[in-house]
Amino acid sequence: MRSIVLTIASLIALIPSVATALDPVVIEAQQRRIAVVKKVAPSVVCIFGKGGQGGGSGVLISPDGYALTNFHVTRGAGDFMKCGLNDGVLYDAVIVGIDPTGDVAVIRLLGREDFPVAPLGDSDKLKVGDWAYAMGNPFLLATDFQATVTYGIVSGLHRYQYPAGTILEYTDCIQIDTSINPGNSGGPLFNDNGELVGINGRGSFEKRGRVNSGAGYAISINQIKYFMDHLKSGRVVDHATLGATVTTGEDGSVIVDGILSMSEAFRRGVRQDDELVSFAGRPMRSVNQFKNVLGIYPKGWKVPLVYRREGETVTVYPRLRGLHRKSELTPKKKPAPKPKQPGPDGKKPEGKKPTPKLPIPVPGGPKPTPPPAKYKHMFVKKDGFANYYFNKVELDRVMKSVTALGDFSSVAGTWQLKGTVNTGDPFEFTLAQAAMGLTIGDRAFIQQVEDIQLEKEPPGTSGLLVAARQLKLMLTGGFKVASEIYYLGSEPLDGTGEVVDVVITVEGATQCRWYFSKDKPALVGFDTQVLEDSDDCEVRFQEFKEFEGRKLPSLFLVRSAGRDFLTFRLENVVLNPTPKATE
Amino acid sequence: MSQYTVIQRLLFSPLVALAIVSCGNPASAQVQDPLAYAQARIVKIFGAGGMKNLHAYSTGFLVSPEGHVATIWSHVLDSDEVTAVLSDGRKFTANVVGAEPRMDVAVIKLTGDVKDLPFFELNDAKSASVGARILGLSNMFKVATGDEPVSVLHGVIAAKTKLTTRRGAFQTPYEGDVYIVDAITNNPGAGGGVLMSLDGKLLGMIGKELRNAASNTWVNYALPMTDLRDVIDQIIAGVYVAEKKPDEELAPERYNSLDFGVVMVPDVLFRTPAFVDRILPGSLAAKSGLVSGDLVLFVNGELVQSCRNLQSELGKLEGQDDLKLVVRRGKNLIEFEMRVPNKAN
Repeated sequence: MRSIVLTIASLIALIPSVATALDPVVIEAQQRRIAVVKKVAPSVVCIFGKGGQGGGSGVLISPDGYALTNFHVTRGAGDFMKCGLNDGVLYDAVIVGIDPTGDVAVIRLLGREDFPVAPLGDSDKLKVGDWAYAMGNPFLLATDFQATVTYGIVSGLHRYQYPAGTILEYTDCIQIDTSINPGNSGGPLFNDNGELVGINGRGSFEKRGRVNSGAGYAISINQIKYFMDHLKSGRVVDHATLGATVTTGEDGSVIVDGILSMSEAFRRGVRQDDELVSFAGRPMRSVNQFKNVLGIYPKGWKVPLVYRREGETVTVYPRLRGLHRKSELTPKKKPAPKPKQPGPDGKKPEGKKPTPKLPIPVPGGPKPTPPPAKYKHMFVKKDGFANYYFNKVELDRVMKSVTALGDFSSVAGTWQLKGTVNTGDPFEFTLAQAAMGLTIGDRAFIQQVEDIQLEKEPPGTSGLLVAARQLKLMLTGGFKVASEIYYLGSEPLDGTGEVVDVVITVEGATQCRWYFSKDKPALVGFDTQVLEDSDDCEVRFQEFKEFEGRKLPSLFLVRSAGRDFLTFRLENVVLNPTPKATE
Repeated sequence: MSQYTVIQRLLFSPLVALAIVSCGNPASAQVQDPLAYAQARIVKIFGAGGMKNLHAYSTGFLVSPEGHVATIWSHVLDSDEVTAVLSDGRKFTANVVGAEPRMDVAVIKLTGDVKDLPFFELNDAKSASVGARILGLSNMFKVATGDEPVSVLHGVIAAKTKLTTRRGAFQTPYEGDVYIVDAITNNPGAGGGVLMSLDGKLLGMIGKELRNAASNTWVNYALPMTDLRDVIDQIIAGVYVAEKKPDEELAPERYNSLDFGVVMVPDVLFRTPAFVDRILPGSLAAKSGLVSGDLVLFVNGELVQSCRNLQSELGKLEGQDDLKLVVRRGKNLIEFEMRVPNKAN
């Protein structure tokens, strides 16, 4: 094992006697290394599991205490953890979000707003042969919270590592010969500039036992960047699938060999035997490359895909489907098998229910640590979330731009919205409780709420009238509980645009994705999927205007399935008061 | 490049060499980018194996523009043809041209109309001394598929020495010097990979996975290319004839087990246990009481781990020596003594 700690020690011993023999370049490189380690060491987290059992490593990425680690570290460590930094202080930490597939977790260290942080690098700029420093807590040696440093080189890039008996899959990862051992899990991989380029989490271990074998793997920081807001959402985050499988053709081309008819890729025209030319901007030359690309994006992102059929090349932007069912990501703990209770004669007692036994703590085993009273409120258990507390925090932050539009809660009666579309025709929306109507010029469309399963009006919009109802619900505060509204994370708008915060709302089978600009908090649009696996009705807001003290989108584009429908300019608004509840 | 040669002169510490990569990519006049140069010449080999701990893949490197690939002699080649994948992802079937198991080297050739491939010029191979920085390239753990580049490890040559085969610590027939490196180069599938200097000069071929049976540790070594290249060239030229190893010629073969009337079991494995197959009637062994099924453990106090071991110990005997054998029969250890007969010459 080559450790910087040792190297520095030997350097100190060597300098007096050989200083004259050293090339200045060498001295400079050494100083640089020392400086890098000194700079980043304060951000390295030594995680200790409950009862002192197990643990791992992590790295701080924001001054308010958010830190990255491996999911497989937090899984064993519990919802509250103890984390040591090299200032010698042991901090409380709470789980924030988890990505069981990508083996990433975000935790938050508590008690300071000025934590030292590691600057994020760009892992796509790494080259094979680059120096790579791993820091962390191998073999849980850092009982004084001074992280161990190992160094090595980047051995390979864009590696794909098959799931190891679980859903855990390392895609597009960084392979290093830097020594990675048990306890390094979750710790940072730094480049030579001291920038965080990956999270160490796995190694190729075979017959040599579970110690470094010269092939360690780190999850790329660029993948984690895509997932960062998702992880901060407090959710159990899922990865994506295209809904298609591919195979390598004779000539090394990548061919679609199966596609789900319910996938958006299929709806956008991708078919079996089409050649996949590029995916997310990367040329496709092997199945591994395809899996690498899929592995780095969260469920629900739109990613450009170029396919070729009979010489013709087509670009589409399908939204990626979830890789797992919810139950796969949050497996319920199997109840412990009931012990057989033989009667005094060794036979099973008949007609008598086995008495439930209280769990007896195993002597010497880890005792569950009670959450620190001070931070108890920062953990809220909820199905589908690692910690709902953080979802509420993010949701409240984002929704400020909705409440800023005005108080619509008193005007939840019928809405009449009039104006003109870009063809010059007048339009009028009527949004009532049980039905919605729209006239454009001399055409009229009506959508009964109870008929949502059957038809989506007007044709060509994939459900604009349903979307209008969702906007009204959103503004009037119609979504109230976590199953109806939650913060998702962020994504590039329409696959290629600015990165926007995303809030999900659910009403029955209808799901909306609401997009919020990150620069200046503002609602920039929303997509309505009336039914699962159907096309979205996409509404993009271009201007807001004040009508009677409340702001509404006054210019908006409607489109679906890659085609623009119409642009609406709102001119006249009537918002009727909320009807009194009738018994 | 100049920094690099400076560093090569300063061999005192690995930390000196740390500077190399951080000071820019090492490159010589011939080789602008040694890694890209080497990657283009490395071949992923897929063949026999796949059971239990036997990996079905290994590494090789192109040594001729017509697709001759030097690789490690291993079970992976125990198949009529193997699959070779070039760095650009092109897939070929390949046949074994020849092998020298005692040097752990084999040459395979890509089939079909193959020409103008990039290759390592064996004459450019050089030797390196202890402390020299090395890069190890191999498809260890089968991490790379198709056109993906193989894994690169870095380290220094820690020793140039012989693997201790005498006590059977390492199961390798190779008796020449090897490079021992401090990088964990010898992993599953890494055999046949390339050990090279930072300026892209071929130094050695990464060896097999070798575990020291005595200490349960693994050794990372490479066979010096300067020792392999003649054999490789001869195999390609079709003129290679397995020579008797010089030290084998020197080893005395004055006696063998038959001189005592002992027929050993057929020597089929690298380390066939020294079981007695049968005893010739009326022989010295028969008179002493040796029987079929005895396992010979010691010859004159030397531990015998294989039939080959036994024969070489017997070979050292002189007429009228005392021969003391310890054998295991069932659960008992039994000692036999006999006088070595004079041999009519």
